[in-house]
Amino acid sequence: MAVLNEEQRMLRDGAEAWALDRAPVTALRRLRELDGQTGFDPDLYAEMAEMGWTGILVPEEFGGSDFGHLSLGLIVERLGRTLLPSPLIDSAVAAVGALRLAGNAAQQERFLPALASGELVAVLALDEDRRHPQRQVALAAERDGDGWRLSGVKRPVPFGMAAGLFIVPARTTDGVALFLVDGDAAGLDRRALREVLPRGAAILSFDNVAVGPDALLSPPGEGQGVLDRVLDRACICQAAEMLGAAVQAFETTLDYLKTRKQFGRIIGQFQALQHRAANLYAELELTRSAVEAALAALDEDGDDIPVLASLAKALAGDTLRRMATEMIQLHGGIGMTDEHDAGFYLKRARVADMSFGNAAFHRERYARLCGY
Amino acid sequence: MADDVEQGFRAEVAEWLKANFPASLAYKNPQPYHNDGALADADADFQLWLRRIADKGWGAVTWAPEYGGAGLTRAHEAVINQEMARIGAFNPNRSYGMMMLGPTLLEYADDEQKLRFLPGIAKGTVRWCQGFSEPGAGSDLASLQTKCIDQGDHWLVNGQKIWTSGANHAHWCFCLVRTDTSRKQAGISFLLIDMSSPGVEARPITLISGTTHFAEVFLTDVQVPKENIVGGVNQGWAVAKRLLQFERDSLAGNRAEAPSLAPLAKRYIGEDADGRIADPDLRRRLILNSMRSRAYSQTFQRAAREAKAGTGTSPALSAVKNLGSDVSQERGELIVEILGNRGLGWEGGGFEPDELEATRAWLHSKAYSIYGGSFEIQNNITAKRVLNLPDYQ
Repeated sequence: MAVLNEEQRMLRDGAEAWALDRAPVTALRRLRELDGQTGFDPDLYAEMAEMGWTGILVPEEFGGSDFGHLSLGLIVERLGRTLLPSPLIDSAVAAVGALRLAGNAAQQERFLPALASGELVAVLALDEDRRHPQRQVALAAERDGDGWRLSGVKRPVPFGMAAGLFIVPARTTDGVALFLVDGDAAGLDRRALREVLPRGAAILSFDNVAVGPDALLSPPGEGQGVLDRVLDRACICQAAEMLGAAVQAFETTLDYLKTRKQFGRIIGQFQALQHRAANLYAELELTRSAVEAALAALDEDGDDIPVLASLAKALAGDTLRRMATEMIQLHGGIGMTDEHDAGFYLKRARVADMSFGNAAFHRERYARLCGY
Repeated sequence: MADDVEQGFRAEVAEWLKANFPASLAYKNPQPYHNDGALADADADFQLWLRRIADKGWGAVTWAPEYGGAGLTRAHEAVINQEMARIGAFNPNRSYGMMMLGPTLLEYADDEQKLRFLPGIAKGTVRWCQGFSEPGAGSDLASLQTKCIDQGDHWLVNGQKIWTSGANHAHWCFCLVRTDTSRKQAGISFLLIDMSSPGVEARPITLISGTTHFAEVFLTDVQVPKENIVGGVNQGWAVAKRLLQFERDSLAGNRAEAPSLAPLAKRYIGEDADGRIADPDLRRRLILNSMRSRAYSQTFQRAAREAKAGTGTSPALSAVKNLGSDVSQERGELIVEILGNRGLGWEGGGFEPDELEATRAWLHSKAYSIYGGSFEIQNNITAKRVLNLPDYQ
């Protein structure tokens, strides 16, 4: 655990208490049963906003606290333990990050206060189909008078059914640009996707969507650079959430090893299982180090943020997937049942790995950055 | 230390180092001087440097002056280390005595023993070796059988020790012996044996890497004075466990991040049209090792920060040691694979010195997961002490 200041300790303890009370895994189960398209519980999100979490990365002049990424990381790690679906990373990290890095004064004034208060949910419309794009944005933007017209498809867009604002990377003749597109824009069609876990994912179809000059967040040629920096922030916070999920998967499994009896003994007495648990513990510690180093680098504005972001996201992806797989295996048959939580961890591992670039994508990115 | 006091001390240290550190040793890897080889074989400047450090009391900065130290605080020690690192200097007094025995004696020895043995460690004049493992007692150390019988005015010791690092150059040995055959752990004593005693014979063991770092030690009717037991008769297991903690601490010690293997790989294997290491399979494994290696050094930095701040949940050393041996052993394999046929040399012409050294290092690296508590024993410790998993019953 990182060395924390007083304010960070309070945030962490607050998140811990709130999550225990309001966000157990049953909250995820309930959302699934509701079969809604929102993908998160707006009342819970309002409570999170009330506690200031949606404004942690927003400057004070726009209604936030500007406490920094380590603070937010502590919260998402705690929420990750019980897999609470919420657009906190998508909206309060990625969208806020994009507006802070690239937004002009008018754009910041218009959107940052609403994002900080939680009234507005904004998300990146990033992936276009099977893979995270590697500098291959297909959705096209063409100039139309002093504005633009957008055509193409984005999918899956997490929390895309509920979001009021999208940040859309688009290809222009002069390189990638970022646009702010209102959720109600004419010509924008949203269709709900039902995925293995609820996160309100949507297919967004842009059919000649007209936007004004004030919708341009990052001009052609500059969009990719901004997007990379936004994704670093999102990746690192996503990795913190995945670390939380992995910690809980491990602890639940460890409890089971200490209670389940077979052959007349507690199965945790078997050395084969003890050593698997010890190896998993070591992986968790390694992942925690990478995540905390990356969060700290964001707050210190270090030079090696891209390398540390890819390291953290790739390690968290591998560790959570391995942990969730072992969670099912070590629980045996009960772990395969829908009634048990283990399956949720496996599903979250896959979904979270695919968010903002999977482990393979980030290994390759790390390799390029480090000269391999 | 207040800031101004620290600044003053720092200036003093820098000045002393400037006057006393032999320039010829700057940025030299001090490893070859440690433990292996007799001090007399070390170069003259190294011996001079050790003498100067010893006279200053900085061989054991935090120990009391009567024990050969300087009686300073950890904060002072940190300043000294920082100032040394700044000019490529190093503490020449790194030894098994400093690393393991000294701190153990400070906790368990009586006053007379401390006065007798600590100064030699602090000054670097007396070299120690560790007589723990036996042919029949490796991972199951407490099953050791070296007999130690009370002869009234002395102990009589008979048995065999193995994997004793540096035994052929050591002056003394800290040894675990059996003073009671009816109880396992509770029959063990911690005994200090003069290696020049009649009946002590050390025979070097040649390892797969060709080095003779380790030795077997044969103890035949060795007479040891009664006052050489530390911590009391049959109380040696507690002393040994504490000493093993000091050993683990130093084995898991802060490692700088290993340099990237990408330049070496590109030199030996070449690049594809896209500037990548030309062998994609090896490239992928190099990337994985680099990532784990980086996270491993991040784990160290985190542990150091947490220890300094006193926040409780630092990663367990047993797990850290296993991560470290895993990462380093894989690195050794990768280097030899990069070298290809040039990684198969043993000695002589036709190979670069770096190539030969890399091959030997690869072979030596297999010991990382065996010494200081094997990979499996570390996992037992993690399972029991960290994860609180139950014993097999």
